[in-house]
Amino acid sequence: MATILEKRPLTPVTKLYKVDAPLIAKKAQPGQFVIVRVRHDGERIPLTIADYDREAGTLTIVVQEVGTTTRQFGELEVGEEILDIVGPLGMPLEIPVEGHIVGIGGGFGAAALLCLMRELRARGDKTTIMIGAREKELLILIDELTGVCDNLELCTDDGSAGYKGFVTGRLQELIDGDGPGRPDSVVAIGPMPMMRAVSEVTAKAEIATLVSLDPLMIDGTGMCGGCRVTVNNEVKFACVDGPFFDAHQVDFEEAVRRNKMYVKQEQESKDRTDCRKLAVGQS
Amino acid sequence: MPVKRVQKTPMPERNAVLRSHDFEEVNEGYGIAHAKFEAERCLRCQDAVCIDGCPVSVPIPDFIHRVAAGDMRGAANVLRESNPLPAVCGRVCPQEVQCEEKCSVGVRFKPVAIGYLERFVADWEMGQPPTEINNKLDRAEKVAIIGSGPAGLVCAGELARLGYPVTIFEALHAPGGVLRYGIPEFRLPKDVLDWEIEQLTKLGVEIQCNIIIGKTITMDELMGEMGFSAVFIGTGAGLPTFMGIPGENLNGVYSANEFLTRVNLMHANDFPNADTPVMVGKRVAVIGAGNTAMDTVRTALRVGAEHGMIVYRRSDNEMTARVEEHHHAIEEGVEFHWLTNPIEVLGDEEGWVTGLKCVRMQLGEPDASGRARPVPIEGSEFVMDVDNVVLSIGNKPNPLLLQTTKGLESNKWGCLVVRDEGSETSKDHVFAGGDAVTGAATVILAAGAGKDAAAEIHKDLCANI
Repeated sequence: MATILEKRPLTPVTKLYKVDAPLIAKKAQPGQFVIVRVRHDGERIPLTIADYDREAGTLTIVVQEVGTTTRQFGELEVGEEILDIVGPLGMPLEIPVEGHIVGIGGGFGAAALLCLMRELRARGDKTTIMIGAREKELLILIDELTGVCDNLELCTDDGSAGYKGFVTGRLQELIDGDGPGRPDSVVAIGPMPMMRAVSEVTAKAEIATLVSLDPLMIDGTGMCGGCRVTVNNEVKFACVDGPFFDAHQVDFEEAVRRNKMYVKQEQESKDRTDCRKLAVGQS
Repeated sequence: MPVKRVQKTPMPERNAVLRSHDFEEVNEGYGIAHAKFEAERCLRCQDAVCIDGCPVSVPIPDFIHRVAAGDMRGAANVLRESNPLPAVCGRVCPQEVQCEEKCSVGVRFKPVAIGYLERFVADWEMGQPPTEINNKLDRAEKVAIIGSGPAGLVCAGELARLGYPVTIFEALHAPGGVLRYGIPEFRLPKDVLDWEIEQLTKLGVEIQCNIIIGKTITMDELMGEMGFSAVFIGTGAGLPTFMGIPGENLNGVYSANEFLTRVNLMHANDFPNADTPVMVGKRVAVIGAGNTAMDTVRTALRVGAEHGMIVYRRSDNEMTARVEEHHHAIEEGVEFHWLTNPIEVLGDEEGWVTGLKCVRMQLGEPDASGRARPVPIEGSEFVMDVDNVVLSIGNKPNPLLLQTTKGLESNKWGCLVVRDEGSETSKDHVFAGGDAVTGAATVILAAGAGKDAAAEIHKDLCANI
């Protein structure tokens, strides 16, 4: 169990939490994740560790409310407990290339760049963070991210902040020498279509790129094999071999397809939760 | 006096048609009358060879005589002293190749139903008012147990009885290991497991869930700043094996581990009341013919499959499942495709499973395992219509702990290496047993290894004083 110490809405569907988890905070490294369960008979879902404070013994996680479990999570208030939390899981991010590293965050994936880019900057790399969203209000953690990198690039589809267009458009400009210049290495975290698009851009420019895959998981320790992904024609378990993989070797089509395996059940589960809430409301 | 009766007293079972749609236990268990009647068949051999067949050396005739005499409390005490998990073992042990295979009655007649009697005694005990256990943990040395499966639970129980403060670390959110996520409710009800674990906590055993040794806490921290004098590794064999055939990543293909975990641990059978779903179509093919495969195919029927099929490249003679599981599966309508080897999973344009391409096999010369080697029959390929494929072809030990612990040796199969067929690993004061050492085997062999390791740990810690 872990107590929620802080809760802060970032967008209407995204919230930041600081939780008391000293054992996990002590071991956490950039890029790792935890698995949480919010209620009895609830699911186990992986959540990326956005940041950690070893001395305070806290973890920062950002949750976007998209399904049953993340919506249950969103109802937790400061002082309440997360029923189960286990970690840190997965392999920490390793970027062998030094130089100009561009971290790209799509949507709430931006949060995962916090500790990651801070560590890279501490290592001596030139760091650029590029975050993208539909509109200005959906860009998250701008102040915090500004503090952990050398350059912050904002992209919005409607042009309400920063570059008008997708992150891939701005990335191409950087590759062509604009702004902080051509990256030596790219790491992308966010929705699958965004990571795939980034991968296509960097493949053409021959820039080493890592993406963070978030397939469905149960145990997170290699026991179920539900998170298997194909990388370089080899089957890997994202929970223990990942979550970071060479973007240019990932079979995105399969990964996207496997993540949609339970679309029908997810809707059914949402409906069931809504029914439950209605029933409670009536009594 | 022993009574000569040819047949075992049959186990009352629930009707196959009814039970194959729910998760209630198949075997209903003996009543007192059945138990005493069956206990009378034991010959009280001077040289009780049945005990040699038991990995935890339960004094079998001793407890059976007490049952015959109606001294159930006495029988329960005898059992519990040698086996901390009698209610579990009485349900899941392959008695036909252990104690009952050695039973002298079995030479001419059917052997004494030792397993059914063990279960009866354990269930009797479970039905009694709870007793206070006053177990003093007066040893100074703390022992850490990694994994709360059968090996870890038994090792913990034995050590606690010897007076050691014991802490079990479990990676999942509930204790029990494979007894929790692997073996289904209809074969091992979870309240039975909970009760057995409760008996251990009454002895003073502490269980901490959601801790992964090697990730949350390292082995060095356990033995350093956390002050544990010895460690037992009972992490089992939890890494699923895939066949490496085309189509294995299609939607609708599961490892048996995932399929069973979704149902047993996460309660997908109760979806959407429970939040974890499981995808089950009308026709489910389970590849393999061990106990896990039987559990999987019978679970598939219970969560809505109309056809549950076992697909196995060898024949029923070579299958590794317990006789009783095979028998129950037949009764429940499971279809068996022997001498059939899957070579490809077929899918539709959207990536959903539609079929399983197989080749017929014939048996050849015995292979390294001593079993007849299956050889493909040329040109015999055919396609089975299926909606799901579940692979139940074995598990390997999880490498997670090995990757983060210096000085722990493993062999080429990823199994931990132990000294002189005992349980001490290549690292001082670190012991191991069960599937983590042997590769995937049975609950009772793991329990036996846990028990032996406890004795070795006790010896090791005494030698250090």
